[in-house]
Amino acid sequence: MAAAARMRRREAVAGLLFLSPWLIGFCVFTAWPLLYSGYLSLTQYDVINDARFVGLDNYAALAADPKVGVALGNTFLFTLMQVPLHVLVALGLALALERAGRATGFFRTVLLLPKLTPPVAVGVLFLLLFNGQSGLINAILGSLGIRGPAWTTDPAWVKPGLVLMSLLMVGASVVILLAALHGVPEELYESARVDGAGFWRRTFHVALPMISPALLFVTVVSTIGALQTFDEAYTAFFGAGVDDYGNDAALFYVIYLFRQAFEFLHMGYASALAWVLFAIILVITAVQLLVSRRVVHYEGATPR
Amino acid sequence: MTRVLSDADPELREPHPSGPIELAAPGPRRPRAPRRRRWSWRRLPLYAFLALAAIAFAYPLIWLVSASLKPRGEVFDNRLIPQTLTFDNYLQVWTQAPVAIWLLNTVIVTVLAASAVTLSSAMVAWGFAHFRFPFRGALFGLVLATMMLPAAVTMIPTFLIWNSLGLVGTLVPMWAHNLFGSAFYIFLIRQFLLALPRDWFDAARIDGASQWTVFWRIGLPLIRPALVVTFIFEVQAVWTDLMRSLIYLRGSSTFTLPRGLKSLVDAFGFGGEWHWETIVTASVIATVPIVVLFLIAQRHFVRGISGGGLR
Repeated sequence: MAAAARMRRREAVAGLLFLSPWLIGFCVFTAWPLLYSGYLSLTQYDVINDARFVGLDNYAALAADPKVGVALGNTFLFTLMQVPLHVLVALGLALALERAGRATGFFRTVLLLPKLTPPVAVGVLFLLLFNGQSGLINAILGSLGIRGPAWTTDPAWVKPGLVLMSLLMVGASVVILLAALHGVPEELYESARVDGAGFWRRTFHVALPMISPALLFVTVVSTIGALQTFDEAYTAFFGAGVDDYGNDAALFYVIYLFRQAFEFLHMGYASALAWVLFAIILVITAVQLLVSRRVVHYEGATPR
Repeated sequence: MTRVLSDADPELREPHPSGPIELAAPGPRRPRAPRRRRWSWRRLPLYAFLALAAIAFAYPLIWLVSASLKPRGEVFDNRLIPQTLTFDNYLQVWTQAPVAIWLLNTVIVTVLAASAVTLSSAMVAWGFAHFRFPFRGALFGLVLATMMLPAAVTMIPTFLIWNSLGLVGTLVPMWAHNLFGSAFYIFLIRQFLLALPRDWFDAARIDGASQWTVFWRIGLPLIRPALVVTFIFEVQAVWTDLMRSLIYLRGSSTFTLPRGLKSLVDAFGFGGEWHWETIVTASVIATVPIVVLFLIAQRHFVRGISGGGLR
């Protein structure tokens, strides 16, 4: 008995030793920052002087800050445009790729390329390709007889432009949906075909229900990503030398948070902003998961 | 969201019986072979659609390379083949800005970050997969839960930690957090480990090898495919990371390529002196290495994305 207990204890110690990097990292880089940012959000802190406790003042200030309203509005609008298009484009491409036979691999490679490109380079490309006067996009539109808008300067067109650019980044979602499509048993298509279902019916009644968990996954992940959009817009519209808010139309929530924290050193206020973002993401994700229960089909899973 | 799935919700990783379980076994089950169909004209619209999509997805990069081969006045002319073909930009860019140093810094940070996260995540995954200890399930749930946490929430205190250590402005905060493992990779490697027969490791223990030896000599070689996926994913994530470099890097001599490129946009872009040929050329230099890596190792990329996404 004693020997067995000793064995068990030694096994536990060895296991925890292997876990130690993560245990230390969790305490230092997750648990502590989480608690500390909660505390900071109740203070005024500029890194140089000591933090001063101000209660819920930051949250009150945040609710009254017109820039927060602008940033939230921009972010929600971007997300509402971007996520449905992202999922639709990814799904369309995945359905096409699945039927491409031997060419699937080649097309998958090409579709993944923009996803791997450094976002800063994508931001540069956005400024150049979507330039109102000389950009390629408007040149193409012009040859079709359409006068393209000033994508990079007209506040009404900045976000649609960024959404269009972001659609080039669907590669990973395409790969995920394609893998799910490959997992749909051939027999299901066969029996649908025998029943006389055409391509669209097979797609809507067989393929889509079968890959609905993957669709949900892609939707949730791209929503979380869109709510935190930063790199391309920051590259194109903010940075050194821009001391006003540059282009309010591209002021996304995380950009505002970043500027408050690291450009103006309002660490307390920025922490409050971060917690509000966290709450928003949690609520939206929870709603998506709840709604999905009615829609998503888990093969072989017991309904919960 | 450079790391494709890092902020994924663990709840979503329902077992998906029909999904490919490429990473789940040492000899991955092959995905179903694409249905072979005879060529028919009815498939022409499909290929036309895919060809158009491929052009749309590849053209920006081609445009970028083409623009970098044009002299300053012609960068905006949208010609595919430069009217005046010149390699001057590639000779000039190194003197316009310390691009060589940025490249070196990026390589250093990327190699350190990817090596650190691969080794530490493998250790932790090994601990979770092979030992019984109290609260193991709860701790693993905690690992998954950290994937849910938006980076913005921990960003500020993490900065304050590095600041109090006097390391802001050095390359250390760019990679050192990776010494402590990363949730997504721990999950990925553990999945892979669980598919390996336990007896292989128990046999070695009976032969008297220490726990560390079993991990190092037997474990690591067996999980190599999962380690390669981890390493390559992290290389891509770190190579392209902008936010961290904006927070932590101060002097131009410490910049990584994304941060340096951003400084070029600030100095030479529409708000600056309009040397777009320099910006475009530096963009190509920042992009090409990662594209080449992808073309060499794309099998692993695809595995990481689809294997991690559905299991």
